[in-house]
Amino acid sequence: MQDKIFRFVLILSAVVIPIIGGGIIYSLTNDAASAFKQFGFWEFIFSDDWNYTPGNESYGALPFITGTLLTTLLALIFCIPFSLPVALFVGEYFRGRKVATILSTVTDLLAGIPSIIYGLWGFYTLRPIFMELNLSPQGSGILTASFVLAIMIVPYAASLSAEFIKMVPADLKEGAYAMGATRAEVIRRVVFPTAGSGVFSAYILAIGRALGETMTVTMLIGNTNQIPTSLTTTGNTMASIIANQFGEADGLKLSALIAIGLILFLITAIINLIGKILIRRAQHV
Amino acid sequence: MESIKDPILQIKDVSIAYGNNKRAVKNVTADVAKNTITAIMGPSGCGKSTLLRAINRMHELYKAIHVTGEILLNGENVLLMPPTEERRRIGMVFQRPNPFPTMNIYDNVLAGYILNGIKLSRAEKDEIVERNLRNVMLWDEVKDSLTKRGTFLSGGQQQRLCIARSLALQPDILLMDEPTSALDPIATKYIEDLLVQLKNEVTIMIVTHNMSQAKRISDYSMFMYLGELIEYDDSSVMFTNPKDERTRSYLTGKMG
Amino acid sequence: MVRDKNLQIRIFKNRLLYIVVCVFSALTAIPLLAILGEVLVRGWKQLSWTFLTEATPNAFEAMMAMSAGDPMPGGIANGIVGTFVMLLVAAVIAIPVGIFCGICLSEFKGNWFATVVSYITDLLQGTPSIIIGIIVYIWVVVPMKGYSGFAGSVALFIMMLPLIIRSTEETMNILPETLKEAGLALGGSYWRVMLQVMVPSAFGSIFTGILLAISRVIGETAPLMFTALGGAAISWNISRPMSAVPLMIWEFFNDPNLQSLIWGASLFLLTFVLCLNLLAKRIQKKWKV
Repeated sequence: MQDKIFRFVLILSAVVIPIIGGGIIYSLTNDAASAFKQFGFWEFIFSDDWNYTPGNESYGALPFITGTLLTTLLALIFCIPFSLPVALFVGEYFRGRKVATILSTVTDLLAGIPSIIYGLWGFYTLRPIFMELNLSPQGSGILTASFVLAIMIVPYAASLSAEFIKMVPADLKEGAYAMGATRAEVIRRVVFPTAGSGVFSAYILAIGRALGETMTVTMLIGNTNQIPTSLTTTGNTMASIIANQFGEADGLKLSALIAIGLILFLITAIINLIGKILIRRAQHV
Repeated sequence: MESIKDPILQIKDVSIAYGNNKRAVKNVTADVAKNTITAIMGPSGCGKSTLLRAINRMHELYKAIHVTGEILLNGENVLLMPPTEERRRIGMVFQRPNPFPTMNIYDNVLAGYILNGIKLSRAEKDEIVERNLRNVMLWDEVKDSLTKRGTFLSGGQQQRLCIARSLALQPDILLMDEPTSALDPIATKYIEDLLVQLKNEVTIMIVTHNMSQAKRISDYSMFMYLGELIEYDDSSVMFTNPKDERTRSYLTGKMG
Repeated sequence: MVRDKNLQIRIFKNRLLYIVVCVFSALTAIPLLAILGEVLVRGWKQLSWTFLTEATPNAFEAMMAMSAGDPMPGGIANGIVGTFVMLLVAAVIAIPVGIFCGICLSEFKGNWFATVVSYITDLLQGTPSIIIGIIVYIWVVVPMKGYSGFAGSVALFIMMLPLIIRSTEETMNILPETLKEAGLALGGSYWRVMLQVMVPSAFGSIFTGILLAISRVIGETAPLMFTALGGAAISWNISRPMSAVPLMIWEFFNDPNLQSLIWGASLFLLTFVLCLNLLAKRIQKKWKV
């Protein structure tokens, strides 16, 4: 009897999760409906108009979708030259040694820093440097935001990649060494091909994080509502436009922002799902 | 062998099947005599552990396992009892010593009472702990560290603690699934001596890989092969003059 | 024997990779040191007892102090109280629900329901925090007709839940099966064995998971912006708008009069989060299952 109650409680608490998940999709869709109805689904996605003068309201998500994709892509490009060496350092070269523990602690702490503090650091320290280097006139913009975003996702990409690099069986590597391969060749020919799908999934998950990152980007991207034309121009991402304008929005604009939220949610959900499926596959090899 | 009078446990036509109709135990029938040690031997995969675990109904933790037949404890079908009550009357000791890591030694001995929600007075608890630790010859070694966790004990001591834990519930039968396979020879010897002493209080059924162990301590022996009970006899008879060819080749090391 | 004419080049490449890996790995430490250094240097001067015990000054007080060249009055106590209260409420709900759900996932592993729940948990874990903010706005703020600390708690609860579920599930999965069997073999009932043997054995790791979940959500700003909103007075009432330390940093960032309070608040938040993080790691090492 008590066992039945216990099992019931277990299942009851597990049911909370699908309720939240389903609820998110339902509520976002429900509240985004009036924007989609007004402008049409595809028109909303492919319009670059963001005009909230009353009577002349017109909203489109394209500038923010491009802003998000652009910052994420740039962040990924900036992140790889650092996260890959860290993963090799921790997972292969100094595996299990004290220096590796220290470096993992460093990346763990990097992952722990709240995004608003990254934003402050980017704004007060990096932005003047970018201006000094003549990289961009105001210092803020796509490039600055992507750069800080890259630092933020290094820990995620690196620690998970390192896990998969550690899992490469020693006898495979020994086999290659025994034939006279150098360590660099073992890494290229044995470690990466074996750990490849896992490392790939780590980057997919890192992309998932970068897509939804809000505060840092909001503080650094410059917040303008047009499609970015170059890396140094300002812009907005889906997350940053919501952060900036949700507070004072109502009516159609609120619905448009929620519609952007829905698009962001679906994109990150798909990316994360792909990442998790790849990880589960990689772990079961 | 002459039939066992007044058996404490009767296994009647028991078959155990895994989900896909693969039968691990096939129509086993045997009576177990009170206050004896019965050894169950056989090569890996012969179903001996499966049979033992079915007696304690451990198979019910896994959905796809199905048991048919009857297992009678003092004439009562254990497969129809509430599992918690049944398991209190039939104890089990596992291959690897597994004292509960979050409980101290004292509570580990009382774990059966704690997990059954039975309230005891302090005096009763002290008495149970001391009696059972003495029973397994562990009292002198741990009486000063009863409030420490059991994990610092040696493997053999941990296993004796697990035996004490089972005995504390005063079961009718104690099932042991290769209880010494994770222990060194000295600790093994200690446990074997202990079992021989304990049989005055409890009926023991022990699954073992180790033929000489079975020979040393058991009164009766079962030999199982491919899920069937091939031979069941007095150990003295079985080890000197096995009737079945398969038993003979197993005992002489040609099989297994 | 096969002769290798490129041996020199190969050895050089091998060296090069080693050096590149070491140099670039070392470079990743720079942002950490830079951020810690900057926050410490700029925030150190602002920390004082009153900074931790007084509420935010209003714009007028701040302006007066600025023009007179006085040190900025007031502090971040309203944010500290808000963070504490919202986190407490969120944790009180999230911990039991998360642990039970984690047990459920590990016990019913392979079952279709558990698989679905497990995927949705991953999905929630990856959901951008700003979306959680929107959703709680729709679910709590709109029906309750106002921003509130409670709405903030709900947002933090949704963020913590998947983290606690995952750590519980993973720990329960690596506990040896024989532990459960031993408990049941003594005739213990299922729920007693789970709650008195399994959960205590897993407690160290679950506790680490809880600490990490707290350290993750404590620095979150985005989900609180449209839920708890923020407030200038010290308030313990969760049915009213409430402030939180990260929310205050955001306010200070946007208010030219209050910029001098940014770094003190950041130092406080950063110290708290990173200490919690290190503590969790320490415990994890010590209480490894």
